[in-house]
Amino acid sequence: MSDGSDRIQALIDLMARLPGLGPRSARRAVLHLIKKRGALMRPLAQAMLDVADDARECLVCGNVGTDEICAICRSDKRATGEICVVEDVADLWAMERAGVFRGRYHVLGGTLSALDAVGPDELRIPRLESRIAEDGITEVILALGATVDGQTTAHYISDRLAGREGLSVTSLAQGVPVGGELDYLDDGTIGAALRARRAL
Amino acid sequence: MYLTRLELSHFRSHRRTVLDLDARPVAIWGANGAGKTNLIEAVSLLSPGRGLRRAPAGDLVRRQEAIGWRVGAAIRSGPEVHEIDTRAEPDHGRSVRLNDKTVPQATLARVVPMIWLVPTMDRLWIEGADGRRRFLDRMALSFRPSHAEASLTYEKAMRERNRLLKDQVRDPAWYGALEAQMVEAGAAIATCRAEAVARIQQAQDGAQTAFPVSDLAVVAPEGMPELSPTALEDSRPRDMAAGRTLVGPHRADLLAVYRDKGVAAAMCSTGEQKALLISLVLANARALKAGLGAPPILLLDEVSAHLDAARRAALYDEVVALGAQAWMTGTGSELFADLGARARQIEVVDASGESRIRA
Ligand SMILES: Nc1ncnc2c1ncn2[C@@H]1O[C@H](COP(=O)(O)OP(=O)(O)OP(=O)(O)O)[C@@H](O)[C@H]1O
Ligand SMILES: [Mg+2]
Ligand SMILES: [Zn+2]
Repeated sequence: MSDGSDRIQALIDLMARLPGLGPRSARRAVLHLIKKRGALMRPLAQAMLDVADDARECLVCGNVGTDEICAICRSDKRATGEICVVEDVADLWAMERAGVFRGRYHVLGGTLSALDAVGPDELRIPRLESRIAEDGITEVILALGATVDGQTTAHYISDRLAGREGLSVTSLAQGVPVGGELDYLDDGTIGAALRARRAL
Repeated sequence: MYLTRLELSHFRSHRRTVLDLDARPVAIWGANGAGKTNLIEAVSLLSPGRGLRRAPAGDLVRRQEAIGWRVGAAIRSGPEVHEIDTRAEPDHGRSVRLNDKTVPQATLARVVPMIWLVPTMDRLWIEGADGRRRFLDRMALSFRPSHAEASLTYEKAMRERNRLLKDQVRDPAWYGALEAQMVEAGAAIATCRAEAVARIQQAQDGAQTAFPVSDLAVVAPEGMPELSPTALEDSRPRDMAAGRTLVGPHRADLLAVYRDKGVAAAMCSTGEQKALLISLVLANARALKAGLGAPPILLLDEVSAHLDAARRAALYDEVVALGAQAWMTGTGSELFADLGARARQIEVVDASGESRIRA
């Protein structure tokens, strides 16, 4: 292969590493981009560079934005005493799109899994514990997946928080697929799951 | 409940095999290595798990043609017809589509109740508890499809816990979180197993059958405490030394006693042991028929081995009376002569390394 096609292959290989894309769809996407070089590929490359420079995780909650502290964590209106704990930023964004939750968030960045070598320290769980003490939190709402790892994480956090005075730990109504899946739920379902939350 | 169509593509020795079927049992005969077991192994993949050989998805693809395999089937269940498509691309696990929608494997248990007997199970009563537990779990799954989810949850939580034990992690909250799920799923597993045993026992007691009745019991190893949060917590130091979990339903065993003789299955003759297994499979099928209104699909590989002619004839009569689509294999057509037109007769031949159906 010539230099040029090596570079195209390298791009395809990179694209194939994106979630939801395999080698075949990556090839299609790259061909499409090359065809729409001016209208799509260059603006996309520029947008990627910009976001790569600016994007960062909120130091408090783990939300992704361009500020050191995200808008939710800065807003006094969101200081309701409630924290919703989610696995992924995608879950946080889904909750926000639904517009049903008025409190703040804590993004764990995954779930506990011994087999995948993800322990409490990899998950911002210590940070969650310190936030609860600092921010006068009265309710922690766990919006974690119904998978074994999701439920292990939920049990773990509720155990670590047990016995703190004035703090209740609740979980979204069971049967609601959460954990990267909140994204697929309509707003009404998320709202209903939030209202039907139960104590752990 | 029966397959009306089965399609194999690049599945082991079958490059392309298509069968159109009716509700009758299916008698498959042909020489050693013709591809008979491969055919019913394909059928076994219409239920959750790795099929009757417990082979990884990657082993199932036709050698030399590493392009992925596929098994498709249409299944009639009362007035409904379900389409199942299961396949694996190279280096991928197997995926399942039910009526054109991707579903978890466990869903299959709700669509196709299935039980099987394969020659490796001839030694079931004398070998380790693993095989008997798997046999018991297949029966439990046939009665209660949620057994699949409970088993998956339990296994996953236990593997996580075993990793903590091996890594010598000492975080009690982490253990507690896993153990809580093991206790919940473990209780569901125990209930399903007990229910299966009770229903099979009942189906044996009421039946007219040429096969021996056995008394069954699910037992735990000596001295093992009952599964509970405290039992698991107390067991942590011992488990850590062993590097694995020593308490729970994954250590249960199935015991059978040949009732008329009062002899444990392990002490019975080879033929008697096989007859006991067949008896349980038939009882399971009768119990399912009584409950669901339809018998399950049966896969009986080399079923006539170790059976004398009278027992063989009795088996065929019982299978036909059940109305089950039983897939039975044997090396020669004479083994199925008694069945005649009561079964669909299929000859499988090897044509230079490729299995073919001879019409
Ligand atoms: N992945 C594979 N690709 C191609 N051929 C395979 C594959 N796996 C197994 N085979 C071959 O398929 C052939 C048929 O196997 P199968 O077990 O179905 O035979 P059988 O008809 O049941 O024979 P027997 O009467 O000895 O039990 C064997 O020769 C085996 O080597
Ligand atoms: Mg065979
Ligand atoms: Zn924030």
